[in-house]
Amino acid sequence: MIYEGKQKIWADYQKEIPDDHWYFVRSCIRQNFFPASEKYFTEITKNVLGKDIYESPHHTTCGGIAYHCDTIPQETVMTIVARQFALMTEAGYENYAASCITSFGNYIETLESWHEFPELEAKIRDYLWKACRKEFNKPKYVAHSSDLIYKFRNEIASRAKFRLVNKETGEPLRVVEHIGCHYNKMFPSKGVGGAEYPYVLCGMVESWGGQIIDYPERRHCCGYGFRQYHVQANRGYSFSNTHKKFESMEPYKPDMIITNCPGCPYFLDRWQYVTAETEGKTYGDKPGQGIPVFTYEEVAGLVLGYDPWDLGLQLHQVAVEPLLDKIGIPYDPASKYLGVNKKDLGRPVLPECMTCF
Amino acid sequence: MKENVVIIGGGIAGIEAAKQLLLLGYSPIIVEKQDHLGGHVAEWHKLFPDMTPAKEIVDQMTSEIGGANVFLETTVSSLNRLSNGYSVVLSNGIAIVCRAILIATGFHLFDAEKKEEYGYGVYNQVITNRDLEHWFNSGKDVRIDGREMKKIGFVHCVGSRDLKAGNSQCSKVCCVTAIKQAIEMKEKFPDAEIYCFYMDLRLFGKKYEDFYINAQKDYGIHFIRGRVSEVGEKIDGSLQVKAEDTLSGKPLKVTLDLLVLMAGMVCNPRTTEIARMIHADIDTDGFLRSRNNIYNIMESDRPGIFLAGTCTGTKTVPETVAEARAAVLSIHNYLSR
Repeated sequence: MIYEGKQKIWADYQKEIPDDHWYFVRSCIRQNFFPASEKYFTEITKNVLGKDIYESPHHTTCGGIAYHCDTIPQETVMTIVARQFALMTEAGYENYAASCITSFGNYIETLESWHEFPELEAKIRDYLWKACRKEFNKPKYVAHSSDLIYKFRNEIASRAKFRLVNKETGEPLRVVEHIGCHYNKMFPSKGVGGAEYPYVLCGMVESWGGQIIDYPERRHCCGYGFRQYHVQANRGYSFSNTHKKFESMEPYKPDMIITNCPGCPYFLDRWQYVTAETEGKTYGDKPGQGIPVFTYEEVAGLVLGYDPWDLGLQLHQVAVEPLLDKIGIPYDPASKYLGVNKKDLGRPVLPECMTCF
Repeated sequence: MKENVVIIGGGIAGIEAAKQLLLLGYSPIIVEKQDHLGGHVAEWHKLFPDMTPAKEIVDQMTSEIGGANVFLETTVSSLNRLSNGYSVVLSNGIAIVCRAILIATGFHLFDAEKKEEYGYGVYNQVITNRDLEHWFNSGKDVRIDGREMKKIGFVHCVGSRDLKAGNSQCSKVCCVTAIKQAIEMKEKFPDAEIYCFYMDLRLFGKKYEDFYINAQKDYGIHFIRGRVSEVGEKIDGSLQVKAEDTLSGKPLKVTLDLLVLMAGMVCNPRTTEIARMIHADIDTDGFLRSRNNIYNIMESDRPGIFLAGTCTGTKTVPETVAEARAAVLSIHNYLSR
């Protein structure tokens, strides 16, 4: 591996990310899978970094899941997107940040399509007016929310209480980064670092003390792939994709995985359970533990010293405690499965070969 | 006094033109930016299809232009139109007045780093056709020396016939060069399995098809019709290469010890600079535009400006040499008017 070669490519794929004043839209599914990630995105950007991040309660799905499952006409998706832009315009913002990778890709694809086919934009404006009596300005900048955390990664590092370093050995943690396909594979110039060697998560990990692993199936899909999963008959294909990635990263003995997509952390985390159940196999540096999978907001939260259970890490399939111990992050085992008002959340059922803490 | 003819570029087109101009009684002046003559061919090891040593060819050609003025490590600083010719000012301060100029600036090898998915400049075991020729000549490359080579791959059309890379043209020589290099590698590593990933095999030249058949029959080289989609590095430094075998209709994944990218020909940026100096036209493929692409390819639209070799498009060595001779005849006819 020639690190300088990657740096050269990274230098070619940097994009302008405004410093402040963002209209923020949430993902349809992230709050179910990783319930604290978006909360801590706003917590970190607003309260730690002091940025103006605005949310509207009126925003909806972007239509991306239906679009990529091929169950909705493109004009309908574009009209939904146009409505989101109308809400941004009404709120007085020009910078649009999406929490979901597929939404990000959807917004970029829509804007690029309108750029190439202005008559399509005119048609969508007409549809929106007829449907909602709304008008919109196109955003000046569209970012994925991981772009913002990337931009402020060094500020976060300067406030960090913990680093991605093994406290026993002093060595950087070995981190697998996984980028959502719709972040950069459709429009490489819109993603930090481009499509082949994306830098958005590498930059965070390096800034926070970790070491990135580049393994042969790094670019491969996490396994979600929309129709791979949503069409039930295809789920074996979804699993086999994830399995391929884990087999490929296994020799590198990663300490953790960081992701920036709603689906990726879910499938990389949950399919490890299926592998353990069906094959009796776990990954990671110690048998029975698996490789913990995180969203970038969760990692930022850990680095900044938030309580792991406030970050929602108890809802991961693969237990995070071994990693917390490696870094030296304190946690209360007794309160792991206690939710709001100390309500017992129950405990996950795990295969015998997978350790539950 | 013999009449000056300035030749910009000291590759094989420039050398051959100088030789022919000398024979016709002119005074050729070669301006070459490198410190040696021979251009790209001088960096090559052997030439297809007869495995002729490139050095032998270049030495032979160079030995025949003893009477020419040669300025090495020199470029053209300015080129101005006069009433009956041109004033050429060189980077060494020398000014030359002439009625005819031959542009023989050649091509530029496509920068393989631009095909990011192949990992040149990122993964150690990915090299280019030029790197391999350098190793054939020098025997020094840490990526090859002392390593066990069990499997080697060649990727054709790197930066050629690739609209995404901005180059629609076929580089003409890559298919047969890949076969030549594959054979040379098989001779050096007899136990290695060698794979050539191609879109089409364009083997149009004399004995090229025989060369291809020999590569399969005598050397057991595998030809896979399909483009490589991505390259990754494994923990032991070997490469994981994904491609599609379009004949069997299946995706393919193979582990290789070395991947050679057949970087194609693109227009030399220096040619574009010179074209600007004389307001010459650039063709849609990025190379210089000839007066006519069928029967007048050696002449430009500018009076007294002639073209030879790969500055007008991709060519083989024999085509380049033949074109240099034809260009000299055009120059002679022009100056004899």
